[in-house]
Amino acid sequence: MTPRAATTARYLVLTLMAVAVLLPFVSIVLTALQPSGAQVSGISIPTTWTWSNFADAWRAADFGRLMLSGVLIAAGVVPLALVLAALAGYSLATLNPLGGRALSVAFVLGLTLPIELVVVALYFDLQQVGLTNSYAGAILAETALFMPFGVYWMQNHFASVPAELLEAARVDGARSFTVLRRVLLPISWPAITTLGVLYFMWSWNQFLLIIVLMQDPGRRTAPTGLAFFVGQYSTNIPLVSAASLLVIGPIVVVYLAFQRNFVNGLTQGAVKG
Amino acid sequence: MPDGNTTARRVRRLTALAYVAPAGLVYAGFALWPAVHTAYLSFLHWDGISAATPAGLSNYRSVFTDPAIGPALWHAIVLIVFFAVIPCAIGLLLTALLQGGVRGMTGFRIVFFLPQVLPMVAVGITWRWLYADDGLVNQALRAVGLGGITRAWLGDYNFALIALGLIGTWAMSGLCMVLFLAGAQKIDISLYEAVALDGGGAVRRFFTVTLPALRGEITIASVITTIAALASFDLAFVTTNGGPVNRTTVPGLLVYRLAFNESDIGRAAALAVVLTIVVIVFVTAIRRLTRERP
Repeated sequence: MTPRAATTARYLVLTLMAVAVLLPFVSIVLTALQPSGAQVSGISIPTTWTWSNFADAWRAADFGRLMLSGVLIAAGVVPLALVLAALAGYSLATLNPLGGRALSVAFVLGLTLPIELVVVALYFDLQQVGLTNSYAGAILAETALFMPFGVYWMQNHFASVPAELLEAARVDGARSFTVLRRVLLPISWPAITTLGVLYFMWSWNQFLLIIVLMQDPGRRTAPTGLAFFVGQYSTNIPLVSAASLLVIGPIVVVYLAFQRNFVNGLTQGAVKG
Repeated sequence: MPDGNTTARRVRRLTALAYVAPAGLVYAGFALWPAVHTAYLSFLHWDGISAATPAGLSNYRSVFTDPAIGPALWHAIVLIVFFAVIPCAIGLLLTALLQGGVRGMTGFRIVFFLPQVLPMVAVGITWRWLYADDGLVNQALRAVGLGGITRAWLGDYNFALIALGLIGTWAMSGLCMVLFLAGAQKIDISLYEAVALDGGGAVRRFFTVTLPALRGEITIASVITTIAALASFDLAFVTTNGGPVNRTTVPGLLVYRLAFNESDIGRAAALAVVLTIVVIVFVTAIRRLTRERP
């Protein structure tokens, strides 16, 4: 094969694969534009383009409220989990705390802990202290579930900072917190941004935890609300498609804005293990 | 370090713990403790309200023998084939074909990674429609003259689990490919030239250079995708909810149902513990299998 033919073949393979990934979305976008309640067949171009499905789905599922709920939870989880993970990662990577090795192992073990194991007792534990149906309860539970990856990520990041940099600051007599704030944080924003973006995605998409902890439908998030909306309107495929696109929309926007962080976070974060 | 400093050092190492404490407390209180508590509940009969009674191992026995629960574990293991094995194979095959890289890879990467960031609920709803009687899958089959085999795939007694699994194949193949392509770019070109000088072709180049070099990436891809297969609650919940006649039940679905619909906390907890053990066994096995041998 000539180099030129090889390149063409590569593009062909990549394009086929990309089409396979995107085709389902083409299908629901076209379906969402069909008249509400219409009998749709596979991929077909709508004869009348109907935009009202989006507004109808938004109202019927009360997405305004669901998304506000999701934003509230994510707005709690992201900063809280970032601060806690950064502090713990900093200490475990550079300060050699007492029992540090055991603590690192305890956090890493959590990477394989299925939510199913946590959620059964968590519901009853939180119920006892009045934290079910509560944003605070959901925020703390998600923060705890995301902590193993965060600590592991920040610990790896701080361990990769050249030791001379830390030594120089210490020789100058800087206290450990000052080293973190003045020396490490300014060079750590890329790692922190990546972790924050992943945290936002995981919180926004969280499903099992929310349907268990939030029995009150008004406090659920967009994906959980969508699952119940589909149960109610399962025969109205254009309306359901529009609802799915409304839930997919925000996370796709965040993904496109931060795609480098997403890809790096999910691939490097994993590979370092 | 001189002796006088050991106390000071101990104090410093104790203060260093203060940085870990907030993360450690939240993690212990809201993840580790509930996990241990679930394990404890698995040895009780409890409906969530009245007093619990000891159950010994009976919850565990019923997890394996109850005809409505036992198959869920098998289904999860079948899903590993579709979520982990096939996507990794596709990823490796395409990496071998694509090696050398192309311009505009960033754009392709954005597309291949897309399924990773979407809520599985929305992915499931999309595929529910694709698999429906009038959906895209059947439309495509009719277009190529296979109209005879069309059906509502997710409602079919024999094909529902496979259909569910193929959603995982769709979602995970891109992840594997992006991981492997990134790994393959780090391979030293001179290694390939050495094989070529030896008279080796593309196949030998793949097996002697590419595959060993991707060991780390293969481990990670298999671990991530296997965990996704075993914990595929969201997807099953919106696509089949376990049907038809329990043909697509997965452990997560039953844990949720037993605990929060049927108030059978003990059995839910026992199933959750068994699921955790299965996850740990698979992850350990993958790490063993792909570990570098001296």
